[in-house]
Amino acid sequence: MTDEATDKGYQLSFAAPAPDQLQISLAGSWRVQQSLPSATQLEAELKKHPAIRQISFDSSAMTDWDSALLTFLVRVTALATQNRLKVDQGGLPDGVQRLLQLAAAVPERKGARRELSKVPLLARIGNRASATAGSITEILAFVGDATRSLGRLLRGKAQFRASDLVLTIQQTGSQALGIVALISFLVGVILAYIGAAQLASFGATMYVADLVGIGMARSMGAMMTGIIMAGRTGAAFAAQLGTMQVNEETDALETLGISSMDFLVLPRMLALILMLPLLCIYSDLFGILGGLFVSVTTFDIGIVEYLHRTREAVEIRHFVVGIINAAVYGVLVAIAGCYQGIKCGRSSSAVGAATTSAVVSGILLIVIATAFLTVIFNVLGV
Amino acid sequence: MSSASEAQPLQTGTIAEAHIQVKDLTMAYGSFVVQQDLTFTIRRGDIFIIMGDSGCGKSTLLRHMVGLKQPANGQVLYEGKDFWEADPVARKQFMRNFGMSYQGSALWSSMTLAENIALPLQEYTELSAADIREIAQLKLALVGLAGFEDYYPSEISGGMMKRAGLARAMALDPDILYFDEPSAGLDPISSRLLDDLILQLRDSLGATVVIVTHELASIFSIGNNSVFLDAEKKTMTAAGDPKQLRDESTDPKIHRFLTRGEA
Repeated sequence: MTDEATDKGYQLSFAAPAPDQLQISLAGSWRVQQSLPSATQLEAELKKHPAIRQISFDSSAMTDWDSALLTFLVRVTALATQNRLKVDQGGLPDGVQRLLQLAAAVPERKGARRELSKVPLLARIGNRASATAGSITEILAFVGDATRSLGRLLRGKAQFRASDLVLTIQQTGSQALGIVALISFLVGVILAYIGAAQLASFGATMYVADLVGIGMARSMGAMMTGIIMAGRTGAAFAAQLGTMQVNEETDALETLGISSMDFLVLPRMLALILMLPLLCIYSDLFGILGGLFVSVTTFDIGIVEYLHRTREAVEIRHFVVGIINAAVYGVLVAIAGCYQGIKCGRSSSAVGAATTSAVVSGILLIVIATAFLTVIFNVLGV
Repeated sequence: MSSASEAQPLQTGTIAEAHIQVKDLTMAYGSFVVQQDLTFTIRRGDIFIIMGDSGCGKSTLLRHMVGLKQPANGQVLYEGKDFWEADPVARKQFMRNFGMSYQGSALWSSMTLAENIALPLQEYTELSAADIREIAQLKLALVGLAGFEDYYPSEISGGMMKRAGLARAMALDPDILYFDEPSAGLDPISSRLLDDLILQLRDSLGATVVIVTHELASIFSIGNNSVFLDAEKKTMTAAGDPKQLRDESTDPKIHRFLTRGEA
């Protein structure tokens, strides 16, 4: 392997049949290997003989070729144009000539090429800000549309299939029972452990029941259910509606005169708003069970004692606060999921992005809403 | 086998090399048989049309030939070597020589056109990023998309996506180009230009082309060999030059198909 040319598989040599002509002889196999044949040799040759006005080819010794040869010839042509030389393609195989013609047949469309220009920092900040303002308007418009759709429902004029609503209720409600039970039970266990460890130093371990009961009923039950729903159902809504956008299914509804807001978004929102409070109550019960389990097995509190303490401490208003929280989370998660799905772009990566933003914005909204609601309930003294 | 022997034999004068052979192929989804007893030969340089009525299993046959679905029975041979009997490494080697253009273009939506073409090159060659970029530019120029390297599939029209899909199929200079419904969704002029392009590429690259289509204009203008699949009989009922089939076939169904039921 001393000969570099043989190592590469292709051979390139130059001859000058006339003082103003350069003949490029191509030999061997011109196939794609480690690297594409370079035109630097030709460049040197042209520098050496500035009198050259025309380039021609001899390919009689070439065994085979593919894109490697074509890219080489494209480079040669570019070099020739740069030096104002004529290129005679007559010596190339027919197929190669045809392909070169084909490649040059459709000239590059003016303005098609993207300039990868650097946007200055201030301009980028400005772009971001106006984009954010735009998306806030969009969200508000979506919420407005959803409210009008709800209005149509109340007047009995909303177009959607009851079976869709029932199916969505089943998917968001009963099919989530298992995961809600498991997580709530474990949250109850965690609350009880942390609480009991602290209360024990005051000899007030008994008050674990208060802590778990009020904690679950007022906020943890609703919050855990909300977060589970954001990850489970909000994501599913965004993915379903996003895929329907990609497949033009929503367009098909609109052209039939059916509002996709009524037909797709409304049943999903209703299902979540109805199911989240119910799941929240269910979650409260499992949280309390978790606390009970820990208290009985680890802290020697009797079952009856624990339940009695819970009944003393937890009032109906605590449950009501939790349920109101849950209903608000239902609205927020449904809006986040449906909004992301409806405004999804028409590609598979857009569906992924919509799903991610649905979950992230859902959880973010839940936390923000909790902060507001806690302050409001505090002021109201509930 | 009886039905295969009923099929008309290939009647082209020159003895060309058999490039792809399908032997006694049975295609099935579970226990549902789509087609059976398919036996035909595709010669090197053929533009081979797989035709038949809707739902007869044309695309399924293509999927069996390119290695996306395993046959229930029978063989697919490339230059005499059994594709499905080969070990995975050898099978990958076979597949390196295929280029496939899908019905919905199937461009990867998260990548630009240049990146779409670059992926097979990165996977199978050791070229540098700059060289790969240059090949991608060349392939896009060949399909008339020079300058669109940095566009995403969602930013170009359906016809352009089809052509970009073809550019990706050609990335590795394959021996065999497969097309699933190349002209579906294209206007007559674009579809005619695509036919010309396929013909040009076949002539200059010397590739074998296999096309699933029921576009009669394309079938007659570029096809020189074909197989006809019958959805009811669940097997092939004819093979050969489509023009000859139109003029000479005695099977009323094939005749109706190739004349749009007008004759």
